[in-house]
Amino acid sequence: MVQIKVSKKPMDFAVARAPIWCPGCGDYGILEALRRALAELGLPNEQVAIVSGIGCSSQLPHFMKTYGIHGIHGRVLPVATGIKLANPKLVVIGVGGDGDGYGIGLNHLIHAARRNIGVTYIVSNNQVYGLTTGQMSPTTLKGVKTKTTPYGSIDTPVNPLALALSAGATFVARGFSGDVPHLASIIKEALTHRGFALVDVLSPCVTFNRVNTYDWFRARIYKLDSAGHDPSNYEEAYKRALEWPTLDQYGKIPIGVFYKREDLPAYEEEVSRLIGGAPIERADEWIRRIAESGDKAAKEVLEALAPILP
Amino acid sequence: MTVALEARAKAKQTLALTSNYAAAYAAKAADVDVIAVYPITPQTTIVEKISEFVDEGELRAQLIHVESEHSAMSAVVGAAAAGARTFTATSSQGLELMHEVLHIASGLRLPIVMAVPARALSAPISIHGDYSDVMNTRDTGWITLIAASAQEVYDSIIQAYRIAESVLLPVMVAYDGFLMSHTTEAVELNDEEEVRKWLPRRLDRPNLLTPEKPITMGAFAMPDYYYEIKYQVQEALLGSLDKVVEADREYGKAFGRSYGIVQSYRLEDADYIVVAYGGASWGNAREAVDEARRRGIKAGALRLRVWRPYPAEEVAKALAGVKAFAVVDRAIAFGAPAGGPVYIDTVTALRMRGIDTPGLSVIHGIGQRSMFVEDFVKVFEMLKDGERNKTVYMGLKL
Repeated sequence: MVQIKVSKKPMDFAVARAPIWCPGCGDYGILEALRRALAELGLPNEQVAIVSGIGCSSQLPHFMKTYGIHGIHGRVLPVATGIKLANPKLVVIGVGGDGDGYGIGLNHLIHAARRNIGVTYIVSNNQVYGLTTGQMSPTTLKGVKTKTTPYGSIDTPVNPLALALSAGATFVARGFSGDVPHLASIIKEALTHRGFALVDVLSPCVTFNRVNTYDWFRARIYKLDSAGHDPSNYEEAYKRALEWPTLDQYGKIPIGVFYKREDLPAYEEEVSRLIGGAPIERADEWIRRIAESGDKAAKEVLEALAPILP
Repeated sequence: MTVALEARAKAKQTLALTSNYAAAYAAKAADVDVIAVYPITPQTTIVEKISEFVDEGELRAQLIHVESEHSAMSAVVGAAAAGARTFTATSSQGLELMHEVLHIASGLRLPIVMAVPARALSAPISIHGDYSDVMNTRDTGWITLIAASAQEVYDSIIQAYRIAESVLLPVMVAYDGFLMSHTTEAVELNDEEEVRKWLPRRLDRPNLLTPEKPITMGAFAMPDYYYEIKYQVQEALLGSLDKVVEADREYGKAFGRSYGIVQSYRLEDADYIVVAYGGASWGNAREAVDEARRRGIKAGALRLRVWRPYPAEEVAKALAGVKAFAVVDRAIAFGAPAGGPVYIDTVTALRMRGIDTPGLSVIHGIGQRSMFVEDFVKVFEMLKDGERNKTVYMGLKL
């Protein structure tokens, strides 16, 4: 664990621009929880890079005073992987929705998990395509009526946690947008994890999903730590991951850290071992030359970049 | 049902529809069997409308809710190979993601029909309209029609099945994202029974997965035959222009509307011609012709309704002998010798025929930058003032 320094406030990660999500959107909860987690870790803004895909939740980097790339649909994890490998000193966060991460870009989740790349992947799971205004998504419950399934979905939803566990993810958790302190604590733990961390967030779409509402979740969720769950127990984590209600049948939904192990090397560690350091470390020579040049402006830039340079 | 009621039910209906809804109604009229559904702005309302048709029992089609556009095109490739009449729709990044499968569809000679409300490409993200996505599919072997009204979208998609199933090539029907996809016009719908008679099911093609005659499609081709197979696509695509003309003419006879492969406006005595495509550009170009003529410029306009195959003869006929022409492109051919993709083809078409009418490449409407009639009038004025052989980026803030 990184030493926690409470020297920053969540609003230190805010920009002047206000989010444009619908009032009540679960994404506000994720935004606030992420800012709190970063503040509690006392991370410099310039040490954080956030990558997003396409969707409502993928607008999140627009509202964060950190580095950001708003990329392409489904490709959050490949872009994030590239950043982390080039500069492992950056805290790299991927953000996207269920359509982005569990549909069009699902294969990348499996590969990021098996490689154990040091990226925290926060998925705003609202069980509907929100940005395109209400069509069936990969996590829509079977039977739910959407604009593209007016007769009720006939597809079985993806179980992202079970999938990540079976793909070899070393940190698998689920939070709820309606419980920001709890979500912030999960994200904080994920950000300090060694390797890949999936944080699935139950994040209600108040406009286009009238089934999986805040109340619907509140009537079903329970906290794993209160239930005595041991996150080092893989089999138990998998069993908990399978707990999921159907449209017709009431069931409990666990939130919290399902599984965590810190003993496996992150992918960037393996790469560094193989090539004798991360690509950014080759900047050494460049930095030395600037330092020796005596250029005042260049020195100021170097000082500003110090936290992320080797 | 009484005879009178029956007659009324059979009568043609006119509805207020967006171009997207017109596309959905056309797919229903064509009685498609398999539709791959994947939302993307500004296409989404097409597949939503089709989902409603299926829900209400008006269309007995199989909807496949795929996980990406790559899968959407792959799913209709499979369905078309198995003999189904297929439909899908996409825009922008979706068309880009499909790109490699577009080549599979044409290479396997599958009669797939797709609607494409055209939209700008990332990065940066834009959901607004231009033709960057469509122009990027230029060399995929698809027949590409570009419609200029909701009515034409409806008619073209029905014609597209006739064309695709006779040429054995996929057909894309493109039109302006938002400016057409989300604006409402009056659309006369055909009697669906008549459309279905006009589009009889054809399962007599050789590239069909059927137990009676087992085949493997797309199998590995060595250097000794790959070239010939791709040449056949080229031959079929070039030859398809006649089929496009024929389908349009036959459609006109059956349903009373036809368009030709190019449309012209006040060309008879024109000195200067603006070539355009898509609804917004065509509407502005015609208005500008009238205004330019009021200002004493002999102006005319030409619209490409078919982009692939390029209607070289028809364009050359219109542009031969005039003082100068301009092509207004809503896409940028990055790094090319001229800025506009359709301009480049137009110049090539002329030069290949020994015609040396000078031209001007005009880029406008990128990411749905507003195109005003006055801008098009200005193009005529530039032509009159002797602007030639260069690219003009109109509406650009610099």
